[in-house]
Amino acid sequence: MRKFLSGNEAFAEGIRLARVQVISAYPITPQTIVVERLSEMVEDKSLNSQFIHVESEHSALSCAIGASAVGARAFTATSSQGLLYMAECLVYASGGRFPIVMMNANRSTALPWNIYGDQRDSLSLLDCGWIQAYAENAQEALDLALMSYYISEHKDVSTPFMANLDGFVLTHTYEVVDVPTAEQADELLPKFETENKLDFSNPKNLAFSAGPEYNALFKYKEHLGMLAAVDVIKEAELKFKKIFGREYTGLVENYKTDDAEYILITLGSIAGLVRETVDKLRENGDKVGLLRLRYIRPFPNDEIAKALNNAKAAAVLEKDISFGNEGTVYTNVNSALKKAGLTLPVSDYIGGLGGQDIAQTEIERIFSEMKVETQKTEFIGTGGEGI
Amino acid sequence: MTEILWHGRGGQGAFTAARLLGAAYALKSENNYALAFPSFGPERRGAPIRAFTKLDGRPLGNRSEIKKADISVFLDDTLFSEKAFDELKDGGVILLNTRKPVNDRRVVAFDANEIAERAKLPVANTVMLGAISAVFPKITAEYIENAIFLGMPEKLQKKNAEVVRAAAEIVGKELKK
Repeated sequence: MRKFLSGNEAFAEGIRLARVQVISAYPITPQTIVVERLSEMVEDKSLNSQFIHVESEHSALSCAIGASAVGARAFTATSSQGLLYMAECLVYASGGRFPIVMMNANRSTALPWNIYGDQRDSLSLLDCGWIQAYAENAQEALDLALMSYYISEHKDVSTPFMANLDGFVLTHTYEVVDVPTAEQADELLPKFETENKLDFSNPKNLAFSAGPEYNALFKYKEHLGMLAAVDVIKEAELKFKKIFGREYTGLVENYKTDDAEYILITLGSIAGLVRETVDKLRENGDKVGLLRLRYIRPFPNDEIAKALNNAKAAAVLEKDISFGNEGTVYTNVNSALKKAGLTLPVSDYIGGLGGQDIAQTEIERIFSEMKVETQKTEFIGTGGEGI
Repeated sequence: MTEILWHGRGGQGAFTAARLLGAAYALKSENNYALAFPSFGPERRGAPIRAFTKLDGRPLGNRSEIKKADISVFLDDTLFSEKAFDELKDGGVILLNTRKPVNDRRVVAFDANEIAERAKLPVANTVMLGAISAVFPKITAEYIENAIFLGMPEKLQKKNAEVVRAAAEIVGKELKK
């Protein structure tokens, strides 16, 4: 059914359809609405779930870990400082192989205090062992909410899933969303079954210590679980297409990259504006394209190398900076290109920090600067260059 | 693309109107797309706020604030000034809720509060939606009523739907003068 929903509301609909059994969360702008809508659904009984209002984000994720450890499908949501406050628990969830799903409303981190969107919160936590996906619009947000449990709970994966929505521009913007039926959702998503749980009839130890002798093996297996997600994401999207008719394209989305000489790589909701700009520049005969990273972990090394194989130059546009170096997405992209033996020039544009508006003229400028085929790191709007 | 810029004070329902307008347009046809969003940030009753509705026949990728509008709506005339014309496209129209006469052919000025008060509504946001249906042919009063029934709490639906028709007629007559 077509509805007019915000990103937060669309995600809440996806969580309802996933029949999540435990929701534990603490409110923080701009995540608040997803949790409010879920609490209303629990109250009006359209969602049969335990809603636990905890006293902090650290407790929110701890509670979700506890729920997952007894075999319940668990959900939490947060943003910015809340996500950072959860950091200790993030590695408990991933190391314990608990397939929890979290919605993170991407928001700037302090100081200066700022409630607006950028992606420094989640990108600074790439190494925590969580799958990280980035939605472009409210429809993709809802669809990710559904697919996230399929991927995360798959026995080869058993890895928690962080679905990222740009704060305000996605979480608070209303648009048309097709909300599937419960029957359709049930067809995609079976009941959560796991052996990784505390069970009186089959007692075992969970979340234990492992010294130097075994630690590396646990970490290696955690790594393999994340890598296994690559195929499971494809499998989930294939099933999703059969049931819902909507198509997703795995770790990346290629838009007019096949014959493109200049390719802009980005993630999240800004991709919509880049796509419009690609169309506009193509009308003038410019061979330009967009490579949208839908997932950052697992990282699309092969997909990036394939998309950029025949390009003359590329640029990364990201709402992130790793102080003292460069944008983290840029670092990852360069590593993929190095491994593939590609040497094209790639620049890094750091923009949208703290909710900074990125105008279409900026995207056009980035494309025109690619033609010069230089390599640089730039902070959009400051006049400042990096290393 | 048609861009509608809403000006109001916190509590006057500018964003609700922006959202209902987007829903009215987008839910009418599978080929219709809309984005609706408020000026982001903390909200305070009485403080000036802006809200945005973008309508198009294809998916909308640009989520930036509207710089120049086809229709600019003022729920409160204390927010209206000459600056309003800088944010208006050529051929654009301003819908202004006021008791004062305004002598500018780009401005449709009328007393929306009076229409709201007659229906015992505390704010005039849905009155202005009715006015939009009078100046913008791609939105009819019927579309807006439909959005009100889908997107407003039940106890508010009937009164708000009524003022949409009333406002559409009054503004329609005003335009013919």
